[in-house]
Amino acid sequence: MRISTIAYELKQGFKNIARNWMFSLASIVTMAACIFIFGIFYSIVTNVDHIVKSVEEEVPITVLFEENVGEEVIKDVGRRIQDRPEVLEIRYVSAEEAWETFRDQYFGGSKAAAEGFHDDNPLANSSNYEVYVKQIEQQGDLVAYIEGLEGVREVRQSESAVKTLVSFNRLVATVSIAIIAILLVVAIFLISNTISTGITIRREEIGIMKLIGATDLFVRTPFLLEGIILGLIGAAIPLAALFVMYNQVILHILEKFKVLDGILQFVPVGQVFRVLLPVGLMLGMGIGFFGSLFTTRKHLNV
Amino acid sequence: MIDLIDVSKTYSKGQPAVKNADLHIEKGEFVFIVGNSGSGKSTLIKLLLKELDASSGTVMVDGIDLRNMKRRQVAKYRRKLGVVFQDFRLLKDRNVYENVAFAQRVIGRPTRVIRKRVPEMLTLVGLAEKYKARPKELSGGEQQRVALARALVNRPDILLADEPTGNLDPQNATEIMRLLEEINNRGTTVVVVTHNKEIVNAMKKRVVAMRKGVIISDEQEGEYHYED
Repeated sequence: MRISTIAYELKQGFKNIARNWMFSLASIVTMAACIFIFGIFYSIVTNVDHIVKSVEEEVPITVLFEENVGEEVIKDVGRRIQDRPEVLEIRYVSAEEAWETFRDQYFGGSKAAAEGFHDDNPLANSSNYEVYVKQIEQQGDLVAYIEGLEGVREVRQSESAVKTLVSFNRLVATVSIAIIAILLVVAIFLISNTISTGITIRREEIGIMKLIGATDLFVRTPFLLEGIILGLIGAAIPLAALFVMYNQVILHILEKFKVLDGILQFVPVGQVFRVLLPVGLMLGMGIGFFGSLFTTRKHLNV
Repeated sequence: MIDLIDVSKTYSKGQPAVKNADLHIEKGEFVFIVGNSGSGKSTLIKLLLKELDASSGTVMVDGIDLRNMKRRQVAKYRRKLGVVFQDFRLLKDRNVYENVAFAQRVIGRPTRVIRKRVPEMLTLVGLAEKYKARPKELSGGEQQRVALARALVNRPDILLADEPTGNLDPQNATEIMRLLEEINNRGTTVVVVTHNKEIVNAMKKRVVAMRKGVIISDEQEGEYHYED
């Protein structure tokens, strides 16, 4: 197709939108709602995922040993755990180190209280491995494996926090997929309606075009471009709004819930939009394109 | 150029619109197809345009059998034809120049060709000075001349005109016919469907008469003597 022809078709696409502006506006608003909700849920899922990852990195599994177990057995357990594919990092904590950490956490500044345990480590059997997993969902399998190893007395994990976060993330993802699916159908329906109204308005012109030798592609292209333009506008508006709102919402959350400051680490807006921007725009364009493609196929057999 | 061999066309209900039609038109001929309303003459034009497919028989145009033509080949085939209708079918929101240029745009002609060809056609039909006018600012005769310019701008081998004078007064009708004759003299095969007796009789061209879907006469330098 020549550049002049493409320019002509593009101009016709814009003309279609202007002629049929009420339907076009309805399509843009629905599309904007769809992409806006998609953007919100994507931001939530991304942030929860980020928080889950922080938990994965910061909350390890603790592997404790049976009393009087030999050093060789402990090393063997360490090697076996290290070989597991889901393990990110493993660290040995001696009984002395465990006691020091505990003493610092619980007695803090009160050295006198801790002095009572001088030369008598109450955590003598608390040497352990701290195991960090790559993905939190893999914790259950790894724990089951470690519990089966010889010399292991107990395996402690941050199971409840992990399960809560993972199930919350799944819930958010499921709800967002359901809402987005409904909105996608509505958006496709509205775009399809807009295009078919445009086709009706231009039926005479299309008839003339076909009789003087226009190809199907030539007749269809302005409508496909119209769908893509509506999709792009419908995606660009909510994405711009989300970009502006994102940081303000995070600031608001941290201000409202000061206790979360330092615990929750939100993903920077730039990082979220590295994925959200292209995906949102492609989604808008895709819905617009396919919405108009189906409609033109159905109505353009002149 | 055009061959109809035992062609019939029956719509889903009722009598056949065209019945066992045999017709041969040579390249460069000027042919009137005449008959009253419902005689099947417009169906014949639609068969040639491949707007309709024949129910039986063979329609050949420039050696192409329209029966076997695939959908994607139809656009290319129609570029061999120019077509003019009784109701002009101009785009009301575009001016004269744009209406004629439109025919070039749809077949992907570059802008430089359009800029050269459209004024040539408007000069031929005598509307060069009205290139900016909208259809509603023109008389019926002028609108039909724009439609003619649009039909000719792609230099078709065949011009099909379906009742081109149906909405015109005698003076404008004569003027349009004079133009069609001039176009024919330049080598284009012209097929005109009409029931305008005066014009047919004045032009002394080949006349094919139809009644109830059947070709009832075919005369060189014929006259419109058929009555329903």
